[in-house]
Amino acid sequence: MSTLEIRDLKVAVEDKEILRGVNLTVKAGETHAIMGPNGSGKSTLAYAIAGHPKYTITGGEVLLDGVDLLELSVDERARAGLFLAMQYPVEVPGVSVSNFLRSAVTSVRGEAPKLREFAKDLKSGMDALSIDSAFAQRNLNEGFSGGEKKRHEILQLELLKPKIAVLDETDSGLDVDALRVVSEGINRFRASGETGVLLITHYTRILRYVKPDFVHVFAAGRVVEEGGPELADKLEAEGYEQYTKASA
Amino acid sequence: MGLNEKPLSTLHEKASYDLADFEVPTGREEAWRFTPLARLKGLHNGKAAPSGQVVTQVYTPEGVRAEWVGRDDERIGKAYVPADRVSAQAYNGFEKALVVTVSQEAAPEGAITVEVKGNGGEGAAYGHIVVVVEPMAQATVVVQHEGTAVYADNVEFVVGDGATLKVVSLQDWADDAVHVSHHHAQLAKDATFRSFVVTLGGDLVRLSPSVSYTGPGGDADLSGVYFVDAGQHLEHRLLVDHSQPNCKSNVDYRGALQGEKAHAVWIGDVIIRVAAEGTDTYELNRNLILTDGARADSVPNLEILTGEVAGAGHASTSGRLDDEHIFYLQARGIPFDEARRLVIRGFLGQLIEKIQVEELRERVMNAVEAELAR
Ligand SMILES: Nc1ncnc2c1ncn2[C@@H]1O[C@H](COP(=O)(O)OP(=O)(O)O)[C@@H](O)[C@H]1O
Ligand SMILES: [Mg+2]
Repeated sequence: MSTLEIRDLKVAVEDKEILRGVNLTVKAGETHAIMGPNGSGKSTLAYAIAGHPKYTITGGEVLLDGVDLLELSVDERARAGLFLAMQYPVEVPGVSVSNFLRSAVTSVRGEAPKLREFAKDLKSGMDALSIDSAFAQRNLNEGFSGGEKKRHEILQLELLKPKIAVLDETDSGLDVDALRVVSEGINRFRASGETGVLLITHYTRILRYVKPDFVHVFAAGRVVEEGGPELADKLEAEGYEQYTKASA
Repeated sequence: MGLNEKPLSTLHEKASYDLADFEVPTGREEAWRFTPLARLKGLHNGKAAPSGQVVTQVYTPEGVRAEWVGRDDERIGKAYVPADRVSAQAYNGFEKALVVTVSQEAAPEGAITVEVKGNGGEGAAYGHIVVVVEPMAQATVVVQHEGTAVYADNVEFVVGDGATLKVVSLQDWADDAVHVSHHHAQLAKDATFRSFVVTLGGDLVRLSPSVSYTGPGGDADLSGVYFVDAGQHLEHRLLVDHSQPNCKSNVDYRGALQGEKAHAVWIGDVIIRVAAEGTDTYELNRNLILTDGARADSVPNLEILTGEVAGAGHASTSGRLDDEHIFYLQARGIPFDEARRLVIRGFLGQLIEKIQVEELRERVMNAVEAELAR
């Protein structure tokens, strides 16, 4: 059973301190929602854990099953079992979705999947997320709508089967149908009970489909309140104003 | 980018069969300022002994005529007049020219392949090739260069009324080769020309593809990919001379550079003359600079002398690999080296996709793959 531990994590971007000591532990079988206003540092947390070069770690630790992720390269972290669904998935010209997915699956599993098996997995994965099979031949994220990009992120989540998934605003920009499809994908991923989810969101809407076990409120680069699912209802009713004022 | 409103260029004014009409370049001339003359091994100053060993072989599908002809054959030099010193040197230096003819309305199956192989040896070699595609005919020509040589040549593509010619030219020379070449396509009324240039190997390659039109309705597409390693100088100088109304041209060259003193030069000149109303042209050059110490010079130049163009534009970009692309792939477990290869292959592959003949497309892709794996 896996555990992601974030201990007193401090992160700067271009000499500006953004995360000011984040503590959070996600265990297999748990879903944690991180909620917070725009600019509070949610994406910074996600990117810093994944190892984006723009973010400088100025203090703290991130451990996955005791292994210090901060010592690993971006791809090593992914192969160690970490997955980041990005808020703004990047368009990569000239690299086809199927090529990309095959390379990713090969890297993460440590061996090339059998071609026929892979084709089958890909097909059923795409069907489940209502992604047209023609997407396999398209360039990665290029010309995808916002919703298509997000569905494609969840497709990768399901194919790569990480231990811990960090989902950064996967719900934003989705219409109700797409939100349901994406949420079902996340729920399939958590169904085994052997995976942990860190669900970053600005809105409570997705939490009706993906029920969290814990809710953390994020403001000005740290967790300012924690609780169970009922905390989301409180945020729904009252908004973030009380937190932004307090920490400003 | 905005349009240039400079007066007519003097760059391409000079043309002559006579070597004496061209002074020995010093490196200060606009046409020579990027080229390391000392590495031309005497091609530019008459000091190269004509003792080089280059063997040219041609393979033709049924219905195509290939002949080796003497210097006095009247088909030589009809479409193209040498435009610089090395070109004139080559014109005066070759012994036999290869003339390939595709008869009117013929559509031979399979490509005409010309293999140019350098067998080393001291001194330079010169060549001349004429490809005539008669009216309404269709043909594909592959020219591939390999081995060690100091080689200068001129290639004339004469595309007749309503004819289509597709050319793939692969420069995959050995590391010490020097190659200076002019490829000129002359398009008659409603002719179609597709050129795909792939330059990978050689110490110094300077290839000048040019296009002229003798009637309206001509359509030229010139694509190129190059991969420049440490110490290599790979130069492509394009000229599209629109002198006829309602013709099209599209130029798209892309290169990747890596290593100390890897040097790419791309010159893209397009002239739209007064008579060339309704011209539609676009030229683009993109360079991916993979390491420090590599350098790309990219100079697009569009000169419009008529008020009535259908479209005219150009763009040039040189940049590093995008960190965000690499991050995205790495975040999915793909190791850095492979992520980098995928992105570079994608960048060049988008252009290679344009090669319609599958076998050729794969061959070019494989050549690029081999380069990436080095
Ligand atoms: N690449 C960056 N360069 C400069 N500032 C950044 C960068 N990324 C984030 N920031 C700043 O960090 C803060 C947190 O941003 P972010 O993590 O994107 O917040 P959230 O995801 O909660 O909306 C913001 O003030 C933002 O302006
Ligand atoms: Mg964000």
